[in-house]
Amino acid sequence: MPSLQRVQKPTTRKGKKILLAKEPKVFEDVKKKLFLTGRKASEVLRNCSKDLYKLSKPHAVILSRKNDILPFENIVPVENLCRNNDASLFFFSTTNKKRPNSLTIGRLFDGRLLDMVEFCINDYKSFDQFTASIPAETKPCLVFSGELWEQSQELAKVKSLLVDVFRGEVIDAVRLQGLEHVIMFTATNDNILMRSYQIQLKKSSTKLPRVELENLGPHIDMVLKRTKFASEDLMKRACRTPQEAKSKPKKNVSKDALGTTHGRIHMGKQKVGTIQTRKMKGLKKTAAEKRVARKSKKAN
Amino acid sequence: MDILEDILQKEAKKSEKYKTTDVEKNVELELDLGNLLALDTNDLNLQELKSHKEKYLLNLARDNTQLLLNKLWDLPSERREEIVVAKLPAGTLRLPREKPCPKPKPLTKWQEYALEKGIKKKKKTNAVWDDIVQKWIPRFGYKKAELERQKDWVLEVPGNADPMEDQFAKKAEKKKEKVSKNEFQRLRNIAKAKKIKVPKEGLPTIANPSSDLLNTAAKVARVSTASLGKFQPKLPKEKTLKENVIAPKRVKRDHSKISSNDEKSSHLKIIDSILGKKPKLDIEKAVNRQVFQDQNERSEEKKTQKSKGGKKRRKTSIPSKARKGGKISKPRVGKVNTKKGKAGVGGGRKRR
Repeated sequence: MPSLQRVQKPTTRKGKKILLAKEPKVFEDVKKKLFLTGRKASEVLRNCSKDLYKLSKPHAVILSRKNDILPFENIVPVENLCRNNDASLFFFSTTNKKRPNSLTIGRLFDGRLLDMVEFCINDYKSFDQFTASIPAETKPCLVFSGELWEQSQELAKVKSLLVDVFRGEVIDAVRLQGLEHVIMFTATNDNILMRSYQIQLKKSSTKLPRVELENLGPHIDMVLKRTKFASEDLMKRACRTPQEAKSKPKKNVSKDALGTTHGRIHMGKQKVGTIQTRKMKGLKKTAAEKRVARKSKKAN
Repeated sequence: MDILEDILQKEAKKSEKYKTTDVEKNVELELDLGNLLALDTNDLNLQELKSHKEKYLLNLARDNTQLLLNKLWDLPSERREEIVVAKLPAGTLRLPREKPCPKPKPLTKWQEYALEKGIKKKKKTNAVWDDIVQKWIPRFGYKKAELERQKDWVLEVPGNADPMEDQFAKKAEKKKEKVSKNEFQRLRNIAKAKKIKVPKEGLPTIANPSSDLLNTAAKVARVSTASLGKFQPKLPKEKTLKENVIAPKRVKRDHSKISSNDEKSSHLKIIDSILGKKPKLDIEKAVNRQVFQDQNERSEEKKTQKSKGGKKRRKTSIPSKARKGGKISKPRVGKVNTKKGKAGVGGGRKRR
């Protein structure tokens, strides 16, 4: 097992493994989510947290106690809670007269806040209000509709955060029949509408299936309120990929139109003068010829 | 020609049964197949969004998902563990990591040396056979200690060693030294890796030391001379030499010079202290215990009285305060002067 650089050694092997799992890795696991409540909770927010927790199980933790925290004033208590639970995404829900049903979604880098966005939830429909269901831990397809996602700088960053939150595990292959969940985010001038559907694949005249959608929930209508984004260089530093993760293209290998792979190997210079050929006794130098060759060499 | 037309008509009827998988959009969707992500930058029909919101959103989602899945169906597929999967390309959207990239850990002092000399780790067995005990003694773990003790039931005294020396104690001491040396080297390696400068000898400097630390530091400094601080001038508020001694020298008693009378008296003293021991009485504790017991009894009485439904109601004339406090004539707790408890009977413990 690789070593931990700690003064206090962990006493059990299990403890050591848990600590090693928290070290930075080349290829990272799924980001763990933390759901917490502020000074006052509301039913809408409680249902919302519960549903989002169900979507992200087992990589999520709900903290049931209320906390006297204001993330936009002091984020340090949230950072501490996330560090204790080894989470890098947090959902902070509070409600007060000024900001009813406010849900703050944020992410951390290296234990410190990277960026966070506050949404006010106007309308909320939970899982229970719809009949459809999907198996747990399905990777969702994400759709962003509306030109505002590209045009507005702020919304582009919000889009990056939402993708990070809902994308789940990073995979390299997918079973096409298993694509059952799609989440759509529509951006209008006033609000952001999140709709979640179950995909049903029907037969069609072509080999591509006909897609039909069923309301699955949760359906959230939210308004974008305050935001706190990371500086350019912090974001750059956070997006840096390690050398081992970068896929290096193979040099000197190419594929032609027919699909055959061609490769180029480099060989050293061939010593044409001293190649071992077949021995032919008649071409062998006689003793006299050798003497002559030696004399001419000496003269030169 | 008729046959052709018939066939074409049949095909058209077939395809009519099923709905189309084509979707027409003004602007193409931006797809990131690695993340199963689609971005639709077409204008939203705001009128329909207002009037039939859910229906419009469902249709919009259906169209966009159809386009996304159409592209996914085009991906190359392979078979993994009897399941057909489509190979996804790498995602294009760059998302931040949760932790910084792992840095390679610097080599320890031993690792550098081993690399230089070309020393490779030898794989050791889990247990070693021992002929004396006729058992496999594990090299580590919880069963090692017991079996080692069995194996080392006798230790040879080497030729040049003092015959009175305790070989077992010597072995234990050696092991202790080894363990502490290993710990020291481990901490040194960590300090080197984290680039914390540690002085070669002595304690590292602390920014805001407490008074205890400063006192210890002053004591250590005083004793760090060749004569162990005997001739060091005293600081203005420093305590006397006796209290400053950190490692008291063990006084070696010369047993041949003690007179028999002295020896007799000292032995008798020891015996007296052992046999003449009276039980240590901590009056405070005894009183408190009695009070507690009385209180419990009273409360239980009260409970039984209540449950019986007032059958045996004793109209006592004892005031409630006294009832609660137990006996009225009890000695005051807390101001008893006899501190016989610990330093009492045995003639004191400050024997050295």
